[in-house]
Amino acid sequence: MKAWKFVGAAMGAALLVSSAAKADVTIKVLHLQDSGPTLDLWNQIVKDYEAANPGQHVQLQFLENEALKAKLPTMLQSDDRPNLFHSWGGGVMRAQIKAGLAEDVTGWSGDLEKELSPGAASALTDQGKVYGAPFDVSEVSLFYNKALFAKAGVKAEDIKTWDDFLAALKKLKAAGITPIICGAGDKWPMHFYWSYLVLRAGGGNILAEAGAAKDGFKGPAFVEAGKRLKELADLNPFQDGYLGTNWNDSAGMWGDGKGAIQLMGNWIMTAQQTYAADKKGQASDNIGVLPFPTLPGGKGAANVTLGGVDGFLVSKDSPKETVQFLTYFLQPKYQQVAAAKGFYIPATLGTSDSIADPVIKQVASYIAGSSKHQLFFDQDLGPSVGRVVNDTSVAIAAGQVSPEDGAAAVQKAWDER
Amino acid sequence: MRMASEGGPSLANGPMWRSGLVTAAIMLPPALILFTVFVILPIGEAAWYSFFNWDGFGRPLHFVGLTNYLQLLGDSAFDHAVADNLLIIAVSLLIQLPLALGLALLLSRRQIGTAVFRLIFFLPYVLADVAAGLIWRFVFDGNYGPISSLAVALGAGPVFLLADPRWAFSAVLAVIVWKYFGFHMMLYIAGLQGIDRDLYEAAAIDGATARQRFRYVTLPQLAPMIRLSIFFSVIGSLQFFDMIVPLTGGGPLNSTNTMVSFLYYFGITRMRVGFGSAVGVVLFVICVTFAFGYRRLFMRND
Repeated sequence: MKAWKFVGAAMGAALLVSSAAKADVTIKVLHLQDSGPTLDLWNQIVKDYEAANPGQHVQLQFLENEALKAKLPTMLQSDDRPNLFHSWGGGVMRAQIKAGLAEDVTGWSGDLEKELSPGAASALTDQGKVYGAPFDVSEVSLFYNKALFAKAGVKAEDIKTWDDFLAALKKLKAAGITPIICGAGDKWPMHFYWSYLVLRAGGGNILAEAGAAKDGFKGPAFVEAGKRLKELADLNPFQDGYLGTNWNDSAGMWGDGKGAIQLMGNWIMTAQQTYAADKKGQASDNIGVLPFPTLPGGKGAANVTLGGVDGFLVSKDSPKETVQFLTYFLQPKYQQVAAAKGFYIPATLGTSDSIADPVIKQVASYIAGSSKHQLFFDQDLGPSVGRVVNDTSVAIAAGQVSPEDGAAAVQKAWDER
Repeated sequence: MRMASEGGPSLANGPMWRSGLVTAAIMLPPALILFTVFVILPIGEAAWYSFFNWDGFGRPLHFVGLTNYLQLLGDSAFDHAVADNLLIIAVSLLIQLPLALGLALLLSRRQIGTAVFRLIFFLPYVLADVAAGLIWRFVFDGNYGPISSLAVALGAGPVFLLADPRWAFSAVLAVIVWKYFGFHMMLYIAGLQGIDRDLYEAAAIDGATARQRFRYVTLPQLAPMIRLSIFFSVIGSLQFFDMIVPLTGGGPLNSTNTMVSFLYYFGITRMRVGFGSAVGVVLFVICVTFAFGYRRLFMRND
C-alpha cells in the first residue's frame, strides 16, 4: 500500500511538473523587421502558431539594425536573452558560436532542414552543425528608376561594363538628374560599391584568398577596386550631402524619385515604400534592376553576386519549442505569401514560383544563376574588420584616403582582429 | 543603538568616537557596497579588459598586453576625437561661459520679464539630448532644413552642414553652446543673487562706477560659482556623447567624434571590447587628473 501511494504521488508530481512546464513556454524572437506589411504577416504566423499550440507564447521584439548590433552581445549573455535572434551569418555568427551563445540544433527538427534551400541554409551552419535557419536570401544589385533613365535617354540593357555604367551616369547628370542615391552616412551602403568592385576585379574567391595570404588585402584587386571607386566618385554622381545621408533617408529619397540609381539589396523594394514621403514610393513597374557591371580585364564575371541571408539563430539553452516554432514559421504556406507579396525572397523551398513582382523575380533569377554568392563583406569579415571596410569605402569615395592606403587599412584591421 | 542605550547616555559615559563608529558601521556599508559594485568594480573590469583582444562574447582569453593602448596612440580617428574634445572645451570656456555670464547679469535683477527670459534660455538644457540632436539634425538638413532654405532664398545653393567634414563639427559646437549655456546662466544667477546688496551700496557711496562695481564686487563674489561652472563645463565637454549620435553619428569621415563617441563606434559597435576599454581608461585618467588637479588648485577654499 505504501509503495502504491508513493508511485501515485510520484506520478501526480510528474504530471504536475510536466503540465506546468508545458503551460509556460514563451519563445522570444528578436528581429529587425521594420516593414509594416511584413510584420502583419509575421504577427499572423505567431497568432496561428499560438492557436495551434496551446500554452506556447511567442513574443516578437524589435530592435533597429544598428541598435541590434550594439546590444546583442550583452543581451545574449543575460538571463533574459531572446530564444531566436536575427543573424546574417558570417564572422559575427562564428564569434557567437565560438563563445557558446548559439545552440547546436542539428537534428532537433527533421522538417526544418527539408524545408529550406540547402545553399541558403548552409549560411547559418558552422562545421556541419546547424545553429539556426534563414528566412530569406538577398542580393545587392543596381536598382534604377525607369522613368528617369528614359528621360536621360539611358538604355539599361546597354549597361554591361564599368565604362558603360560611367557613361550612363554622365548622361543622367547631363540631363539634370542625380545619378546615384547613396546613404553614405551609414557607411555600409558605400561598401557595396567597393565590395562589388573587389569581386569584379579579383573573382568570387578573392576574400578567402586574401585572408589566407600574407598582406592579401593589399593585393591588386583591392587597390584596383579603390581606384575604380574613386573614378566613380570623381564624377560627383551622388546626391548633395551624401556623406551625411543615412540609409533610411536614402531609401526615401530614391522612393521619392530624387535620383536614378541605388546599389542596394532587394529589400530596397519594401524600404523605398516605407521611407518615401507618400509611403508609396516608386511603383514596381517603374523600377528596373541590373547586375553590377563587369570590369575590363577583371577576373569576376557578372554572375558573381554579393548578398546574404537573413535568418534566426537559436540561443543557448532555448527550449525545444523554439525550433518547432522556427519550422512552423518557415513553412511554405506562409513564406509563399511573403514571396507573392514581394516582401523578400524566401529561403524556403517551393516558394520561388509564388514571386509575382517582376523586379524581385529578376533578382531571384540572378541568385539562382550565381556562380558564387558572396556574403556581405562587413558580415563575412566580422565586425572589427567589416567596419573598417565600411569606413574605408566612404573615405576613398570622399577622396580622404588613397586606394592603396585604404587597402592597407583593411589589411591592418585583418592583422589586428 | 542598543549598546549605547544599555551603557547609559553615551555622550557622558563612553568616548564620542565609539558612538560614531557604531553609526559608521551601520550607515557606511550600504553606500560602500553600492559604490564598490557600481563604480569601483566596473572601472577595475574595464582596466582589466583593456589588456585583452576580446569581442565581448564569452570570457576574455587573448591577452595582448599594451597593444590596445599602442593602437590608440597611432589612431588618427582618436587623435581627431581628442582634438574635437579640446575644441568643445575651448568653445565652452571662451564663448559659452561669457555668454552665460552676460545673460545672467542682465537677468539676475527682479524686473518684469526676466522670469520669462530665464525660462526661455533654460529650456534647451531641459530638453533631452537625443531629442535636441534630432531637432538640430533637421534644422541643418540640406533638403528640408530652415538653414538651407534660407541659403537658397538668399541665392546660394543648398547647404549640407552636417555632411561636410569642414563644417560639421562647427555645427555641433553651435548646438552645444545653445544646449548648455542656460545651465551655466542659472548657476550665475543663483550666485549673483547671493551677493550682499550692501556691498554694492557701499561701493556706490565710495563712488565706484558700474564697471568698477563689476570688477571689484561682482567678479570676486561670483568667483566660487565661476570656478564651479568651469569645472562642470570641462568635465561635461570631456564626456560629451549623447547629441553626437543623432546629429552626425561621428561622421562624416569620423570628423565629429568625441572620445566617448569614438569609444562607442570603435569599441562597442565593432565588438572590440578590449580596445574600447582602453579608450575608457584613457578618458578616465584624463577626467580624474583634471578633477583632482583643478579642485586642488582652484577650488580649495570653496
